[in-house]
Amino acid sequence: MAKARGAIVVDVEGCKGCDLCVGACPTHVIELSRKVNSKGYHFAYMEHPDACIGCAHCAMVCPDSVITVYRWKPAPKPREATTA
Amino acid sequence: MSASHDSDTLLLEDIIRPENLVFEKTACLTDNTLSYCPGCGHGTAHRILMEVVEEMGIQGQTIGIAPVGCSVLAYDFMNVDMQQAAHGRAPAVATGIKRVMPEKYVFTYQGDGDLAAIGTAETIHACNRGENITIIFINNGIYGMTGGQMAPTTLAGMRTSTSPFGRDTEMMGHPLRITEMVATLPGVCFATRQAVHTPAAVRKAKKAIQTAFELQRQRKGLSLVEIVSNCNSGWKMMPRKANDWMEENMFPFYPLGDIKK
Ligand SMILES: Cc1ncc(C[n+]2csc(CCOP(=O)(O)OP(=O)(O)O)c2C)c(N)n1
Ligand code: SF4
Ligand code: SF4
Ligand code: SF4
Repeated sequence: MAKARGAIVVDVEGCKGCDLCVGACPTHVIELSRKVNSKGYHFAYMEHPDACIGCAHCAMVCPDSVITVYRWKPAPKPREATTA
Repeated sequence: MSASHDSDTLLLEDIIRPENLVFEKTACLTDNTLSYCPGCGHGTAHRILMEVVEEMGIQGQTIGIAPVGCSVLAYDFMNVDMQQAAHGRAPAVATGIKRVMPEKYVFTYQGDGDLAAIGTAETIHACNRGENITIIFINNGIYGMTGGQMAPTTLAGMRTSTSPFGRDTEMMGHPLRITEMVATLPGVCFATRQAVHTPAAVRKAKKAIQTAFELQRQRKGLSLVEIVSNCNSGWKMMPRKANDWMEENMFPFYPLGDIKK
């Protein structure tokens, strides 16, 4: 069945590796990279991109506003349209 | 053609497209990197405050007063007109600005050391006069900027650099619940306590700030939104641990919700 799919884009240089987004993601998409940015922070990235549903929970709790969220929604079938 | 896609075969580049955008940083925040420690609630509080300003379309009519404390540089991050005040004096500065320009939305943004210690008099008298301003009060129970000293809001038994064996209430008094105190004053139209550590809390806190600005528009009096927040550095905890500690220890003494509406 078609489901909503999401993706996040993290501004790697702005991320401070605080881990809050990792804890907030309901589908365990995000992890902190073993690599670091120029400030030495282990930045967040999508370790399991297929699991992202685009709910933006991660972005809600990101103190540095470095997460941008996208969500692709399947086109509703005609009879589903009214309940969307 | 997007119609032919089903969700399992989508590529990232099919999802990351302008028409699928659901969240991005508000333009009412500047591009400057926040000076706060990783995971500090100040950043989230800044963001929802500026999201409200953007959504209400009042960027050009809003004037903020920055405090002394970690958020002393708030004017570098919030893309609205701002003035920085002497320690604790933000409500007095806001009073002057609002009285000269009553059509503007005027807010102060203050930590607990700023608002509840050195600025207690300004806070209480601005509340008592019912100044038509909004106070955003970030309560992390400690002086963050200066190295984690005890604040009036520090919990009983809580260790800080000036209460290394925990706050002894017999010697140091009890933590101060400012929001409950000012809620008793007729000049205060709205007093609420919120948090920004989970998505649900963030949404509620944002709604509270919206309500506060709306009441200011209606000239109902002073509105105060307390945000119980973390200070990872001062508490000496990793951010997620600090948020758990906050839920377990801060919320029982500083319960979330509207105190006066
Ligand atoms: C007149 C004056 N007294 C003392 C100080 C030192 N000082 C700077 S910030 C601060 C406390 C800040 O704590 P808080 O308001 O809780 O903000 P936080 O840093 O935790 O966000 C103090 C006492 C000062 N700058 N000016
Ligand atoms: S948008 Fe939701 S599912 Fe995707 S990474 Fe963020 S929290 Fe996880
Ligand atoms: S919440 Fe933001 S700053 Fe913290 S690790 Fe995630 S993306 Fe980085
Ligand atoms: S010292 Fe505390 S309040 Fe200040 S930026 Fe760091 S975590 Fe935030």
